[in-house]
Formats: sequence, structure tokens, C-alpha cells
Amino acid sequence: MWTFLVRRLLQSIIVLIGVTLISFVSLQIGGDPTYLFVSENASTEEIEAARIALGFDRPLHIQYLSYVWNALQGDFGNSLSYRQPAMDVVLEAMPATIELTFFSLVLAIGLSIPLGIYAALNRGKPADGGIMTFAMLGQSIPNFWMGIMMIMFFGLYLRWFPISGHVPFLEPLFDGDFQTAFSNLPRSMYYMVMPAFAVGTYTLARNARLIRSSMLEVLQQDYVRTARSKGISERRVVIHHAMRNAWLPVVTMIGLEFGFLLGGVVVVETVFSYPGIGRLVFNAINQRDIPVVQASVILLALIFILLNLIVDLVYARLDPRVKL
Amino acid sequence: MVETTPASQPATAPPVSYRKREFRRAMQSMVASRWALVGMLILLVVSFVAIFGPWLAPFDPNRQNIMMRLLEPGEAGAGDLTYWLGSDQLGRDVFSRLLYGARVSLLVGVASIAVGGTLGTIAGLVSGYFGGWVDDVIMRLGDIQLAFPFILLAIMFLVVLGPGLMNMILVLGIGQWITYARIVRAQTLSLREKEYVEAARAMGDSTFSILFRTILPNIIAPLTVIASFNVAGVILSEAALSFLGLGVPPDVPTWGSMLSESRDHLLSNKWWLAVFPGLAIVFTVLAFNIIGDWLRDFLDPRLKENG
Repeated sequence: MWTFLVRRLLQSIIVLIGVTLISFVSLQIGGDPTYLFVSENASTEEIEAARIALGFDRPLHIQYLSYVWNALQGDFGNSLSYRQPAMDVVLEAMPATIELTFFSLVLAIGLSIPLGIYAALNRGKPADGGIMTFAMLGQSIPNFWMGIMMIMFFGLYLRWFPISGHVPFLEPLFDGDFQTAFSNLPRSMYYMVMPAFAVGTYTLARNARLIRSSMLEVLQQDYVRTARSKGISERRVVIHHAMRNAWLPVVTMIGLEFGFLLGGVVVVETVFSYPGIGRLVFNAINQRDIPVVQASVILLALIFILLNLIVDLVYARLDPRVKL
Repeated sequence: MVETTPASQPATAPPVSYRKREFRRAMQSMVASRWALVGMLILLVVSFVAIFGPWLAPFDPNRQNIMMRLLEPGEAGAGDLTYWLGSDQLGRDVFSRLLYGARVSLLVGVASIAVGGTLGTIAGLVSGYFGGWVDDVIMRLGDIQLAFPFILLAIMFLVVLGPGLMNMILVLGIGQWITYARIVRAQTLSLREKEYVEAARAMGDSTFSILFRTILPNIIAPLTVIASFNVAGVILSEAALSFLGLGVPPDVPTWGSMLSESRDHLLSNKWWLAVFPGLAIVFTVLAFNIIGDWLRDFLDPRLKENG
């Protein structure tokens, strides 16, 4: 167990070093990075002063080391538009993004399991065909367009759901105000239904297919036949024997899905004017606020890496064949 | 010399009759699976539009006409020209812009895959064939890249590089290399021990020749399947990045940027600005996904999704 943990942790650290290297390279790739941090109208003297202040006049390897050192302390410089540390701006927007990502993950996985199983149990029947057609479509719809269509239909035409806005849940929770947090929860979810669905459609579709084929494979296994021949009810066979094993490929996917969803959230938040990292990044892109873009991307990558680590550990616990 | 030895025959060009037979088998399988046929038809239409768009478009896609702004689909404009799919906030014809947008989507989709596929294939061949530290370095690089949700990586680079077709293709292409590298590596690992590779080596073929003439032709099938799904994914990413304002310059109409502009008119119910570009993306991506599914089943029936 410990060797596995240590090995996986070491891997994660190497990956993190790689992440800082890539983000450092991304700054340098367009030429002198000083221009990214000064206004377009800056004079030559101002640019020169900024270059020295930001340390871009030093040799590259020194620049990289100081970049990593600063990154370790969460220092990505000051946001050019908010005039405060970029990381602070990003951290402020973080809870809303985590809420949305998590909610869409729950929604997508929660729906894909019954859909996938139902399709597998009704293989070849119209229900199966319907679900699989839906899944094929779901994998072909851009999430932000899904969002726009939902706003038009469910928001503006039927007026079922709000088309923008956010009710915080995690923020009061982090502040220790449990009462506000939990009284906010229903409204928070109500506001998140449309964006979460838009973000999660692809994941829902992909996992419904994955669960279906995984379930079909498991249903053909000997132990399922044995269970059936023992006269156990079909329901018990499906839930206790087949599903437990059909789960495994889905668990590995969840970690990757979370990262994928995070990427989707970045785009969809913009559509719903949802006050998370995505909208922040979108505004930062338009204002060329590089420190904020860098801080956001690195923070999201960090979360992604951590989650994958956790998923690996969970997976190892779920599947006794995986040695720890 | 390789071509004449029986041992390396699987790698070299098969006789014409075999090719013909395979082609016929592919066509039959496509017709039998109606979905694949639909996908292929959509793809043909989109390709046709991408190539002949400028001749088909009734308007210059960038011609602004303030008098004709936000016309509903089917409304007649100046002269006897009709705005079949309506006009946008600057009075540009949505239909014409849609036709031009097909070019960017397909070009970015295919070119990125060419870039990523080539890089990944070379990396995978080298990694799998030589093994050792070369393999380690290449695969760890891939791990690092996969640690980023891809769209974030693309955002980070495109913000610095600035918008442009070339930048977009490069960033999306480089983003895909590891997918190919992993598959090619796995295949190369098993193929390098095969007799016909041994034979090529024994005959003194150069490493280059072994990699590209003996091994590569035998792993084209899985690569084609991945590429088809990948084009779909890349077109979606391109649309998302254009939507965020990181795509090609504003004077090039793309489906993603059309959708981005449509957001300002959601509340005033100018639905056509959002519906048509979105449908164009959905159908194109759907076509590639369907064909990918079909290719997978056709080229390697073992992978069939139990359907």
C-alpha cells in the first residue's frame, strides 16, 4: 500500500514539475514575455522597467526556478485588471466552479448508470436503440451550444429555469456557516441545473455507452450464469453480481471525466454568466490578463492531478486484483 | 528490395484485386449499416460545401449592410437575393457565413490530426521500437501533457500566441500527439518481435525502412479509427476556442465565432443566429463519430461495442 502511495505521489510530483515547465514555456513561446505584462501603450522605458521588475532580463533557467519558487507560494504576479494577486482572484471564483463541476459529474454519472444498464438489459430493443442514438447525439453536441439552446428553450420560452446567476453553497460552508449553506442548497441546485446539464451531456452520453458495453460483457461471464442458475432473482443478479464488476471501468473514467468537465465548465460558465473560473478566464483572455489565465490553468491542473491520484487509490480498493 | 521478399509481404502493397475486394467489402458494410451511410453523406455534403462554398454563397460573408441587419430567415434583402437563414447584427448573410465556416472547421479538424497524427506516430514508433530511456522520456512527456485538461492547455498557449489559423492547428495538433503515440507504441512493441520484422532486419534494412515500410503499414487500421473520432473532437475544441475568442481572426467566419456573436441576441429571440451554426457543428461532428464507429467495427470486429 505504502509503496504504491509513494510511487504514485512521486509520479504526481514529476507531472507537476512538467506542468510548471509547460506553463513557463507557454509564456516564452511568443517572444519577450514582458509585452504580456505591460499595457499596449507602454513606452520603451516603461517596458524596460517592467522587464527588470518582472525579472525577464535574467537567464532562462534562473527565470524558471524563480517562476517555480513563486508558483509554489501561489504567487503568479498581480492581475493586470483587478490589481490584486492573481491567485486571490482565482481562488475567489473557485468554489462556484467546483460546485458546478461536481454537480454536473453527479448528474451525468447518476443518469448514465441507469440508462446504460437499461440499454444493456434491453439490448436490440427500441429502448436500447433510442438510448444509443441519444448517446451518439450527446457526444456530438458542443456543450456551449447545448447551453445556448437550453437558455432559449427552458429559460426564455418555457421559463422553467433561471438563465443566469448563482447561489453560493460552498462559500458559506467554508466559512463555517452551515445553516446558510444548507438553506441555500436547493436554490443553488436549481440555478445550476441548466449549466450542469450542458456541461455534463457529453460525459453522460459517453458513460452511458461505456456502462452499456461493460454491462453486456459482464452479463456474458460465467459467474453471472452461475448466479442465474442458482435461481437468484434477475434483479439481484444485475445489482449484486453484474453491476459490481461493470462499475470498474467507470470508476477509472470518473477522474478523467472530472478534468474533462472542468474544461467544459470553462466554456459553459461564459454562456450562463456563471461567476466561476471559466468566466474569469474568458474575461482575462479578452483583457489579456496573463497572470490570471496562468493561475487559473495551473490551479485547475493541480486539482485534476490530485483527483486522479484519489481515483487511483479508490480503484485499487474497489478491485482486489489491483495490487497496492 | 523489401518488396520482393515474401517474408515482408504483409507490409507491402497488396495486389490490386485484393484492394478492390476490400473496397467492395467496405462499401457493402457501409450500405448495410445505414448509420454509416448517413454519416458518409453528411460528410460529403460538408466537404462539398467547404470546397465550393465561395461559388455557392449568395453573399460575400463579410459584407456588412446595416439596413439589412437581423433579418429573419427567408426574408428578401436588397435586389432579388434572399437571406435564407437570416442575417446577423451587422447585416451579414448567415447562410453564406455558414458555408465559409465549413472550411475552417474541416481544415482545422483535418490539419490538426495530420500534425498530431504524424508527430504521435513517429514518437510511438521510436518509443516502441527502441524502448529504454527514449521510451521513458517520450511516454513521461505524454503523461505530463495528459495531466492538463486539454482545453486549458490550448487556452494557455493561444492567449500568448494570439489568434490565427496556423496557431490553432498547431496547438490542437500538438494536443493530440500522445493519443497516437500510445497506440502506435503498443502496436510497435508487439510487431517488432514478428518474423517479418525480423526478416527485414536480417536482410539489413535500415531502421527507417523497418519503422516506416514494415511496421507502419500494419498499424494503419487502428490509427484510422482513432483519427476519425479525433477529427470530431478537434472540431468541437476549435468551436469552443473560437467561441472564447481564441480562434482565427474576426474576418474569417467560423461556426464557433458565429455562436459567440449570437449570445448578444439571445434575449431578443434572434434564434437563427444560434441555431444554424450549432446544427452545422452537430451534424459534422456526428458524421465523424458515426464513421469512426463504423470504421472500428469494420476494421476490427473484435472491438465491436456488443451492439
